[in-house]
Amino acid sequence: MADKVLTANRLSDGISVWLDAAGTWNEHLQSAFVARHKEAVEALEATGKQAYADNKVVDVNVVDVEEFDGVLRPLRMRERIRAEGPSISYAAGYAGLIATAAPAA
Amino acid sequence: MYRYDEFDHAFVSDRVEQFRDQVGRRLSGELAEDAFKPLRLMNGVYLQLHAYMLRVAIPYGTLNGRQMRMLAYIARKYDRGYGHFTTRQNIQYNWPKLNELPDALADLATVEMHALQTSGNCIRNVTADHFAGAAADEVADPRPYAEILRQWSSVHPEFSFLPRKFKIAVTGAERDRAAIQVHDIGLHLKKNEKGEIGFAVYVGGGQGRTPMIAKKIRDFLPEEDLLSYTTAIMRVYNLHGRRDNKYKARIKILVHETGAEELARQVDVEFAALKDSELKLPERDVAAISAYFAPPDLAPRAEGWASLAQWKKADADFARWVQNNVQPHKHPDYGMVTISLKPIGGIPGDATDTQMEAVADIAEEYAFDEIRVSHEQNLILPHVALADLEPIYRGLVAAGLATANAGLITDIIACPGLDYCALANARSIPVAQELSLRFGAPERQAEIGELKIKISGCINACGHHHVGHIGLLGVEKKGEELYQITLGGSGDENTSIGEIIGRGFEPEKVTDAVEVIVDTYLGLRLDPSETFLVAYRRVGPQPFKDALYGDKAAAAAA
Repeated sequence: MADKVLTANRLSDGISVWLDAAGTWNEHLQSAFVARHKEAVEALEATGKQAYADNKVVDVNVVDVEEFDGVLRPLRMRERIRAEGPSISYAAGYAGLIATAAPAA
Repeated sequence: MYRYDEFDHAFVSDRVEQFRDQVGRRLSGELAEDAFKPLRLMNGVYLQLHAYMLRVAIPYGTLNGRQMRMLAYIARKYDRGYGHFTTRQNIQYNWPKLNELPDALADLATVEMHALQTSGNCIRNVTADHFAGAAADEVADPRPYAEILRQWSSVHPEFSFLPRKFKIAVTGAERDRAAIQVHDIGLHLKKNEKGEIGFAVYVGGGQGRTPMIAKKIRDFLPEEDLLSYTTAIMRVYNLHGRRDNKYKARIKILVHETGAEELARQVDVEFAALKDSELKLPERDVAAISAYFAPPDLAPRAEGWASLAQWKKADADFARWVQNNVQPHKHPDYGMVTISLKPIGGIPGDATDTQMEAVADIAEEYAFDEIRVSHEQNLILPHVALADLEPIYRGLVAAGLATANAGLITDIIACPGLDYCALANARSIPVAQELSLRFGAPERQAEIGELKIKISGCINACGHHHVGHIGLLGVEKKGEELYQITLGGSGDENTSIGEIIGRGFEPEKVTDAVEVIVDTYLGLRLDPSETFLVAYRRVGPQPFKDALYGDKAAAAAA
């Protein structure tokens, strides 16, 4: 059985998150709790179902990962991109969420 | 351009407040995701890989500086400082927060914009020729009819839950720049021998997993019958379109399975009952809507001819930009400017907040405050005096928007692909970037001439790969990306669906493969005036297969 982690998108802002060992939804895959046997996977699935029912997260999935030298790597490209963000430099010059006046309507 | 009346304002504002209430109830837990999802989709809100995505409608791709400025503001305040202009003439934001979306929609409403019907199984944003109202070859401006269709289709109770989404495109010229033959309904404005306006009506085109070229079911539909005949088509589709299988639910499948002739007969039966109903378009209503789209007062600016010649002589880069990005306008002293959103090595269709503001500034100062979004993911200034081209160019250079590649090999369409999209199987943008860098030298692009590369990251074909002269379709094979190449597609008045050339290519090999195709074309074309598409239609796929795969068996085995 491949190692597995539980992932979802946070309800409030849609950001990708992974369940960590403390039971919180973490924005970093590397903090994820890794299930290595059937019972642990079932526990992940139950946690995901509950978090969905509690309206904390949406699009909940258990995904396959492999671990090399303590670094987690999802098996599917899709999940690697979810974990690492777009593979492109997408917001050149973006200065962050600066206060800005609305244009005159 | 069209301005909201009191009804429009109240309607859009009401919808924002409805959505605010729905979001509030979702966040409080009162609404579950299953109940909320269709509501958010009706307001243009998707969930993608990394975050929510907001798709804002730009009806028939037309907007003014004030609206573009608001799109920039939305990008800066609610997103990460950029937006992505799409192949449906809309804009998408990739990082908005659900709890802020009602405010974003309220801001959009202040400039008469919204995100309604940018998702869901309804009639989507009606698209049109991006050169509408300006092109020298135009019979009539398609936008008044697109606007009439927009008003008619907005929250139309009968057509809000169709078997599947429904896309209508309108063109007003013989040269089809709106790809009408790959839409559910394509309308081609014409004049009959009496000089009356009407439409050739095409039905059942589309891309996706089953690409189909639309069938013409009417040679000339009188203008007054636009809504009654469209309603008749929609009724036949709504009744007989398949709801049992999502992949067979588009009208193209119904047309294919029913046959165009029989479908036209069924439409005619419905039409006979509707023709003289309240759907008949009164001439005064058409005139009232058309008045919104009256062309600007284009004063003679003949001095531009001499200035232009001088500027071109003095600056080769400017001359190249004019050559590629400025098209003839119906007024000889004016041109239509394509602002390329395809910088060499950049992300097709993306624009930053400051770039959007720069375009708004230029449009307001020099271009009668009109901007268009093209389905090829560029921006257009449709009315520009030749005498103003040089200062416009300088402004675009300063904003990083003066890439001189409209219609050339680096003017690539690409969907967001696996970098953003939850449906994608492979990335599109990095492939586009590498191709752009490979072919980016101006001399090389000029040598190759007109060549449209279109890239989709999945079979849904948002990147229009089926109608790319060279189309790339990303698939997932054994967990890795692979790119299938099609050749000979075209989305114009001679629409064709590209043919798969052979086995796919890994990401690191696909640019080389495209280069082999391009070099093969350069080697076999009769002369530089024979474009890639014309040459391909003359010689067929074999020379390209031979060049790519070495022997015929390898390609045949794929």
